Amino acid sequence: MRSSKPTNVVIAGLGGQGVLKASDILADVVFGAGLNVKKSELHGMSQRGGSVSSDVRFGETIFSPMVPEGEADFLVVLAEDQVPVNAAALAPGGVLIEPSQIDESSLSTKKSINVALLGVLSRHLQFPVEAWIAALKSNLAEKLHEANLRAFYLGRDSGQTSGQAK
Amino acid sequence: MYTEFKIEKTQGFTLNYFEQDHALSLLSGDEAVAMAAFDAGVTLGTGYPGTPSTEILEAFETLGGRAQWSPNEKVALEVAIGVAFAGRRAIVTMKHVGLNVASDPLFTVAYARLDGALVVVSADDPGMASSQNEQDNRRYALAAGVPMLEPSDSQEAYEFTLRAIEISERWHTPILLRMTTRVCHSKTVVRRGTVTVPPSGPAHFEHDLPSRAMIPAYARPAHVRLRKALAEMAAWNDQAGPNQLIAGSSSLGIITSGIAYQHVREVAPEASVLKLGMTYPLPVERMRAFAASVARCMVVEEGDPYLVEGARAAGIAVEGKPEMYRFGELNTVRVRRILAGDTSPETKRVPGKAPSFCPGCPHRSSYTALKNLNCIVPGDIGCYALGALPPFEAMDAMICMGAAIGMGLGLRYSLPPEEAKRVVSVIGDSTFVHSGITGLIEMIYNPPETGHVVLILDNGITAMTGMQEHPGTGRNLSHARTGKVVFEDLARSLGIRNVHVIDPTLNLDKFQELIQSCLDKPELSVVIARRDCLLATRAIREYERCNEKQQTD
Repeated sequence: MRSSKPTNVVIAGLGGQGVLKASDILADVVFGAGLNVKKSELHGMSQRGGSVSSDVRFGETIFSPMVPEGEADFLVVLAEDQVPVNAAALAPGGVLIEPSQIDESSLSTKKSINVALLGVLSRHLQFPVEAWIAALKSNLAEKLHEANLRAFYLGRDSGQTSGQAK
Repeated sequence: MYTEFKIEKTQGFTLNYFEQDHALSLLSGDEAVAMAAFDAGVTLGTGYPGTPSTEILEAFETLGGRAQWSPNEKVALEVAIGVAFAGRRAIVTMKHVGLNVASDPLFTVAYARLDGALVVVSADDPGMASSQNEQDNRRYALAAGVPMLEPSDSQEAYEFTLRAIEISERWHTPILLRMTTRVCHSKTVVRRGTVTVPPSGPAHFEHDLPSRAMIPAYARPAHVRLRKALAEMAAWNDQAGPNQLIAGSSSLGIITSGIAYQHVREVAPEASVLKLGMTYPLPVERMRAFAASVARCMVVEEGDPYLVEGARAAGIAVEGKPEMYRFGELNTVRVRRILAGDTSPETKRVPGKAPSFCPGCPHRSSYTALKNLNCIVPGDIGCYALGALPPFEAMDAMICMGAAIGMGLGLRYSLPPEEAKRVVSVIGDSTFVHSGITGLIEMIYNPPETGHVVLILDNGITAMTGMQEHPGTGRNLSHARTGKVVFEDLARSLGIRNVHVIDPTLNLDKFQELIQSCLDKPELSVVIARRDCLLATRAIREYERCNEKQQTD
């Protein structure tokens, strides 16, 4: 693959699950690493429990902020029932990351599923762990740091083996 | 795949990477507009919340700018006109349908001579992610005779806001900054300080009635001046406007603007592209020369065939997109199809989960009662429009801000009494302030024989757009205490005798009985179902606590 082709990540789930927060964190990690990044989503109804998805693209040259259908290198889905809704986003050979890949019962709160799955994603991307930690901290209120750091490492450690290529 | 990345970039990574380059930040288009307004010394930002424009004023305030929510977009624009008449710089923000409300002042301020700058941001919503229509507000620039810029990413949102101020001051005209959902809400990297404008002049006022008082005698020559100025702007746009030529193949040329430009560059990297940044008045001669330089000239634009019509009216032969692509947003897949002339049916996306009322939302109680009573419900714009969806399906009509009351009255005047007696106008608190008050006046002025019931769903905040304050909350954009419209006092002051305030969540039977008793009377009733939005309760408590503390300190 030419390095000019962007890496495409789609994060999807239901309103209130922290889809947009997860994509903000990812975008900050990428931006902090000095790469060009574009992030796009539709919000408005996002807190009302409907389907939500957010696109993050990074690389040297990016034009459209939206990940073209069938071109997501990574599809991170925070709710199992949203996998079929978003499956068409994934590129052939792309990586699907979903809640079943982590031990959800180990999460201190279900609310940190977004960060746990970012932990899984982090194994696939070459950004230093410090960058993830910094982005997590700058995007979350201080009282949430501990639970989310644990969630991140839960995902990052379980991500060593999982991440099905489709 | 990631190994293809230039890893040396990340090897040199430090957590302070961008602290060395303060000029760069990752911003949404809305945030970029706010930053530009701040950098240009805009003295006042006004507006009414509306997705996808809402964050502009919030970000402007966070940066330290003075920002105010107005009761509606018309008032917001009028205030901004006053600022520009005083020689200062103003920005006014709204969603596309907000410009309908503000169109009255817009069309005539186009005739006036401004001393300061007036940038009107219209955030359009192609595809209707969160709107009731997908009108293309580029038509407003043409109709009102107001110049227009269209950014395609956050960097341009930043730069075009500054350019808009320049153009506004150079020609003493209001200017439209037309954004769309994807430009407003996408985050892209912005370099600050790429464009600068001279500082704004001091606030001053000199009497100049022919320039500002648009009585017919002054408006007639003003209209002539406007057309002359637009001709000058068109010539300037041809020569020096913020348009960009990307040289490429001579076999295919594409004229485009806004977000469509980004899709075009991705899909057709080989094509020649004329990217229009100023789309009214159009740089017609530049377009003509471009079209002549390529074998096939296409126009790729989101929404209406605005550029196509502009080109064709000037006698430039261009190919437009098939009609099916007028609907909804464009993306790279659709642009590829447009370029290929593909009109075969598009693959349908697997439908996602529809949004619904939050668990415990007070609107649930209100709609349960309305459904149980088999009411006819003209409704309005806000979260409570979700009452049109299952399981309630209890909102029968929704057209625009404030329409619930007028539509309810029209139904009452027209339906046979047995049906008329079931009509309840449902409207939210912020929407009531925006456009419902005049409806209430219509109701007391022309009362239906069967009476009428207005149900104000007062959840104490503009919830739909993300918890903005409004005059009914008694707190301003910065959440500080200010004057407050008390709905029950307002209704009583109009002579409405049946005014009730009730928490619909406490006792559903009691709430339902109250509505029923109002429906049974041939009188006018206003029922205020008051219960704070669950998502806002904690924040509201905190604002009130801070305000209390400030008052006692």
